[in-house]
Amino acid sequence: MTDYLIKNGFVFDPVQGINGDKVDVAIKDGKIVDAGDVTNPTIIDATGMTVMAAAVDIHAHVAGPKVNMGRNFRPEDKLFNCTAGSGMKRMEGGFSVPTVLRTAYLYARMGFGFSMEAAMPPLYARHTHEEIRDTPIIDQGALPVFGNNWFVLEYLKENEIENTAAYIAWLLNQTKGFGVKCVNPGGTESWGWGLNCETVDDVVPYFDVTPRQIVSGLIEANEYLGLPHCMHVHGNSLGEPGNYGITLDTLKIAEGVKPQNDFGREVVLHNTHLQFHCYGGESYASKSFESKSKEVVNYINSVDNISYDLGVVTLDETTTMTADGPFEHHLSHMNNLKWANTDVELETGSGIVPFIYNPKTFIAGAQWAIGLECGLFIKDPMRAYITTDAPNAGPLCRYPRVYKWLMSAKARDDMLDNTLKYGDKIRERCYIGELDREISLYELAMMTRAGPAKTLGLSHMFGSLKPGLEGDVAVYPYNPETDTDDPEKIEYAFGNAAYLIKGGKLIVKEGEIVDMGNKRTFWVNAKVNENPMVERDISEKFRRYYTVTQNNYTVEGPHFVPNPYVIEVDATK
Amino acid sequence: MAKIVTDVVCPFCGTLCDDLEVALSDDGKEILEVYNACAIGATKFLHSQASDRLTRPQKKQEDGSWKEVTYDEAADYTAKMLVDAKKPLMYGWSSTSCSAQGVGAEIGEEVGACMDNTATVCHGSTLIAVQDVGVPSATLGEIANRADRVVFWGCNPAHAHPRHMSRYSIFPRGFFTGKGSKSRQMIVVDPRNTDTAKMADVHLQLEQGHDYELLSAIRVAIRGEKLPDVVAGISKEQIYEVADTLKSGRFAVIFFGMGVTHSLGKNHNIDIAISVTRDLNDYTKAAIVPMRGHYNVTGSGQVWGWQFGFPFCLDLTRGFARYNPGDSSSNDLLVRDELDAVFVLGSDPGAHFPVRSVKKIAQLPSVCIDPHITPTSAVSKMHVPVAFVGVEVGGCAYRMDNVPIETKKVVEPPEGMLTDEEFLQLVLNRVRELKGAA
Repeated sequence: MTDYLIKNGFVFDPVQGINGDKVDVAIKDGKIVDAGDVTNPTIIDATGMTVMAAAVDIHAHVAGPKVNMGRNFRPEDKLFNCTAGSGMKRMEGGFSVPTVLRTAYLYARMGFGFSMEAAMPPLYARHTHEEIRDTPIIDQGALPVFGNNWFVLEYLKENEIENTAAYIAWLLNQTKGFGVKCVNPGGTESWGWGLNCETVDDVVPYFDVTPRQIVSGLIEANEYLGLPHCMHVHGNSLGEPGNYGITLDTLKIAEGVKPQNDFGREVVLHNTHLQFHCYGGESYASKSFESKSKEVVNYINSVDNISYDLGVVTLDETTTMTADGPFEHHLSHMNNLKWANTDVELETGSGIVPFIYNPKTFIAGAQWAIGLECGLFIKDPMRAYITTDAPNAGPLCRYPRVYKWLMSAKARDDMLDNTLKYGDKIRERCYIGELDREISLYELAMMTRAGPAKTLGLSHMFGSLKPGLEGDVAVYPYNPETDTDDPEKIEYAFGNAAYLIKGGKLIVKEGEIVDMGNKRTFWVNAKVNENPMVERDISEKFRRYYTVTQNNYTVEGPHFVPNPYVIEVDATK
Repeated sequence: MAKIVTDVVCPFCGTLCDDLEVALSDDGKEILEVYNACAIGATKFLHSQASDRLTRPQKKQEDGSWKEVTYDEAADYTAKMLVDAKKPLMYGWSSTSCSAQGVGAEIGEEVGACMDNTATVCHGSTLIAVQDVGVPSATLGEIANRADRVVFWGCNPAHAHPRHMSRYSIFPRGFFTGKGSKSRQMIVVDPRNTDTAKMADVHLQLEQGHDYELLSAIRVAIRGEKLPDVVAGISKEQIYEVADTLKSGRFAVIFFGMGVTHSLGKNHNIDIAISVTRDLNDYTKAAIVPMRGHYNVTGSGQVWGWQFGFPFCLDLTRGFARYNPGDSSSNDLLVRDELDAVFVLGSDPGAHFPVRSVKKIAQLPSVCIDPHITPTSAVSKMHVPVAFVGVEVGGCAYRMDNVPIETKKVVEPPEGMLTDEEFLQLVLNRVRELKGAA
């Protein structure tokens, strides 16, 4: 394997406290090493460029059944953007829901090394893994959804944490999943009857359990197992005006819970796409709707065991997709566009609706502002991660644009003054006008690398340039000393990495993709004590209520997970 | 003592039953008996045991006789045919595994082919309708556990998906449907008095070709608006009654088949059937599920979806993916004489395409990859028999509700036979050699 030495770049690595210093970064046998430890390395000249560890995406919908439904039912998403293969690259297509190949190439060009697929319906785990397998270059994992699973609902009604944990361990093993995702707890099961859970205390029909019990129980079970990642929640009433109170209710469930794990993770709850959960007012009209990002982020600032990602609206035509079935139904009634829905037996549901965040409307502009506020109010950037909940609030390819807005007050003002029709109204109803903070490159490295890696329990592999970590390094054509004059340079640079080294392999060279890398699928194998009751419950449910047999449920074999990276967790003690 | 293999997945129809048991001879080489399967499924397994089965590729001679060739020669012929063609059609992809479909997609991309699957003469109109209005759906287990109103529209599962009603839709005693068929109202809409219709609580025997009108009338009735006395041959009283039945259910589901997808109106029939389902969701819970035919036609749409972004009718000839049903659909390409080679795998267009299209296949350089001797293989220039997916080799397949299930290998294929994935890999390697040399 070739050794690399990246010389003369401006290095940003918050884990080591390196803030723009000119440090050489060396890679040997796929790992970061001290610069003196490489012999005859290939030299990469990063003079005048920014060097960071490869980025880590904690939440994106890039593989699986609803993503593919988004592709197949939106041919218009590929209009004029399908491109031919060239060199190593195959054909690509799609804007908001790109094909797996475009997803991989995009991530590489943006300097990413790891991406977490945010919601995997367990019954469809094979599909998710087939797409992950066909997405080259980046390492990926997938979070199975638990928040509406019948086993979980039944156990948590009686607060049976040990049984819940045993079931989670079993399911992660069966589906080759990474952690615990919880989407609209209880609400999606209610949607099986066309209903919803709108607050944390609404009761799930028949199962007689509340979202509060589900969230609390899943956090406990997650810590009981000591999984690398914490409980990853998308709370009730996403996108509803006035939902910030419900968000605070959800966050407060984690109060006082201490993380228990061997991975250096310090939070117990990750609230994803916080932007959608920070709304005040009673309707979407500009005289009622208001931002409550400050209230929510202030609460998060006051505790130390919660992280979140932003979910910034990028003002594009995109495709929304979520396991929050009732929300998508609601959305389809708002915009009257096509609506796809799939309820999944015993487990979850999902919906998909195209959506146009129109900058000429007040509400889209306000959502844009709230997403950025979520990034700007944070005191500890190690707990706030930049996402667009791709493709829900915006397509994957817009990440660099979001960085630009966060890093430049000038870019934000330009949007408010020139692009958004209701800029003044948005300044009035949101906090964006009072925020002049500009995220630094050092903070950006926290919010896109060190932070997400830590919360995923992967800080021993990703997120930093510390010797011993994976040889994942991105070099961006951005000079922090001279390129500060024009925010457009930020967007360009972070969308066009000059170099990406992934696992010690040179993937992007002078802006061109030259290697398909050695893609791995991460999953967590949690060992628990034998639990005959849970085993019996599982076989009983398969015998009576599933339409596949238990033996045909397990995801196995090299054609689903050809190159696994298994993280072992022992919860038997 | 026979050896029993359990949890076997049936590689026949989109119902993709996964509870089959297969009895093997002591040496594990021969299938003796198939349990739990329907007559069609069992026959597929047993047929693989036929002693006169073709086990080597054969090439048609000028006098019309067949000459045995090796797999390498067959791969070479196939690769040359595809590379030399300006616009080859690669059709079928429905009776094979997703991994084979994946290799096929790479070949199609390398040679710039038109790629199409059997949806083009089946549920392609459904795919188009879904692109127009979406699709509120559910897995078949949701239906087994919840549905109390079940509609079969233009489909006849009693014969086409024989275990559908017992496994998923009518008879199962699910979690919230403990009384099985007694907890369900079954409505069949079909101009014919089929065996499915005979089982129904209500059979709407509409006039043939008037599905759109009747679906539209049901939408009207759901909203409580006025109807003419008779629509599509059905009295307005009966239409109001059916609308009430659907609205009053806790969970309604519409299954539909070729009776609506390829009768007058085509995708518009499905548009409005989906719209009925959408409307019902304002009153209760409702889902709609296409009765997909081949066991993995759904999978080929998925594989192409994540690789190219479109589920069928792909035109890769310009180097990037284009999708334009009516232009890039197999029959249109064949009839308009736009193709210069035809490659068929996992389907039998010889039996299912209009004779005008089949004649074109017969005139063109053509390769058919199929374990059986079929009307397609008979008109092709090269026939490559392969192992049966789901019997002699495993692989992933997608059920009609898109649930992926891994089919099983039960017995070894006859000595020296390749699987379709292995053969495609030979072709892909050869294509790359040829293109590299060019």
